[in-house]
Amino acid sequence: MSKNENKGPKKKSKKYILISIASVFLFLFIWWLYTDVFKAVPANALPSPIKVISTFFIKFVETKPEGATMLQHIFSSLQTTLTGYAIGVAVGVPLGICMGWFDKFDMFVRPIFDLLRPIPGIAWIPVMIVFFGIGLMSKAMVIFMTALIACVVNSYSGTKQTLNVHLWVGRTFGASNLEMLFRIAIPSAMPLILTGLRVALAASWSALVAAELLASNRGLGFMIQQCRVIGRPDVIIAGMITIGGVGALLTYLLKLLEKLLLKGRKNI
Amino acid sequence: MQTNIKVEVKNLTKSFGDLLVLDDISFNVTSGEFLCIVGPTGCGKTTFLNSLTKLYSITKGSILVNNEPVNLKKHNIAYIFQENSTFPWLTVEQNVSFGLDIKKVPKDKKKENIKEVLDIVGLYAFRKYYPVQLSASMVQRVSIARAFATKPELLLMDEPYGQLDIELRYKLEDELIRLWKKTNTTVLFITHNIEEAVYLGDRILVLSNKPTKVKESIDNHIPRPRSIVSPEFVKLRNRVTELIKWW
Ligand SMILES: Nc1ncnc2c1ncn2[C@@H]1O[C@H](COP(=O)(O)OP(=O)(O)O)[C@@H](O)[C@H]1O
Ligand SMILES: [Mg+2]
Repeated sequence: MSKNENKGPKKKSKKYILISIASVFLFLFIWWLYTDVFKAVPANALPSPIKVISTFFIKFVETKPEGATMLQHIFSSLQTTLTGYAIGVAVGVPLGICMGWFDKFDMFVRPIFDLLRPIPGIAWIPVMIVFFGIGLMSKAMVIFMTALIACVVNSYSGTKQTLNVHLWVGRTFGASNLEMLFRIAIPSAMPLILTGLRVALAASWSALVAAELLASNRGLGFMIQQCRVIGRPDVIIAGMITIGGVGALLTYLLKLLEKLLLKGRKNI
Repeated sequence: MQTNIKVEVKNLTKSFGDLLVLDDISFNVTSGEFLCIVGPTGCGKTTFLNSLTKLYSITKGSILVNNEPVNLKKHNIAYIFQENSTFPWLTVEQNVSFGLDIKKVPKDKKKENIKEVLDIVGLYAFRKYYPVQLSASMVQRVSIARAFATKPELLLMDEPYGQLDIELRYKLEDELIRLWKKTNTTVLFITHNIEEAVYLGDRILVLSNKPTKVKESIDNHIPRPRSIVSPEFVKLRNRVTELIKWW
């Protein structure tokens, strides 16, 4: 709370940023030495960082070689991810909360859920292609399965971890079961629910790229796959960097949301 | 059946598995009475309050409030727990409002009650703070305010002032007496502190070690406001201490 307490972490984070920047530049420098300077690998296997960076910018206006600009790919990938993710959240969070709160419901749903849980999202790709063909829907359903699991697991344990004494406060004041759910269990589970949302989004984004590698005609995964076939490693690497960047941005946005919603709980 | 009996404990027995904690306990609490309960650690004081509020199931016997089984929706009971029970996601003000929200108290009345109790516990200036931003003793005062705010007919307090420093404790003890006199509340006050028990109670219930029975019930007719140095106060305090030495 006091000024002194704030000084430490802030100074540290400044230092941390400087070190991060230094590490990125060092990495690029070694990469540049390895490729452009010493020519230790052929350019069609590992292009130089300069080539990759220029390709990255060119791809924002250029549709060649695979047929769409970077922004179109990003947009397409985001659209698929967010569609599947939104359904996953809309189903997964309430499902997890209900499983955590209503014991009988938990017993009923649990066996199916435990069976589905260990199946990785991308293992659903063949099934979804059979059901929905190669299009938005099949990929969105793969994302849905991925997001669903993370949302259910976290909402469930968040609800289960509600402190007894908090529930007892509600009970002794005469709260109904539903009042205790909405006024105590869900607010108390909120930090874990939000963690679930963040984990689910990160998992969805990774699963999406995998899904697009296999079945797609647009999107970042598709771009990478096509350029592998036609031998354009610079586009592949530019695509990978974009995937990483967009993923980090999504996580960051959810972190902001988390901070906003959990205001006051931690002494931030 | 007399109507002025608020709480009737009849042959209450509570065990956890093989562990017999409360052993066939019976006593009554008169309406409007301030009853202090003292007993050794682990004798089942918290267990008793949890049984009264139906948080624990009773093994044998019964507890009646107003001559009927306890009904938390009907009886206006407030329970101040031994451990921190404030909601970390609510501000001080929202925490205090919680019981009133559940009991659907009208908005104006709610606002008035919250202001009143926050003034009493000295937290009005901190009403927008969250519990993590407060000290342990302030957090405990939030729970106290939350219980007081509902103007309960039966107030259960489980060693509520244990963590507070002595000055604040004296202040809140006096406030509690003031509130109790004003509202006709029946109070069951559990404490470790003999002086506190003698200072507050109309009657002191001394419990034995496990398996727990009521060892003695001591009426305390010392007129209020009580002075902790008056001869009669010291005499009674010593008497209770004598009983407890046996632990
Ligand atoms: N939920 C429980 N399950 C099992 N044993 C319990 C439980 N609650 C309390 N006990 C036991 O009952 C005894 C009385 O505990 P408690 O009521 O907390 O004592 P006090 O409040 O008088 O210190 C202790 O021996 C404790 O271990
Ligand atoms: Mg206790």
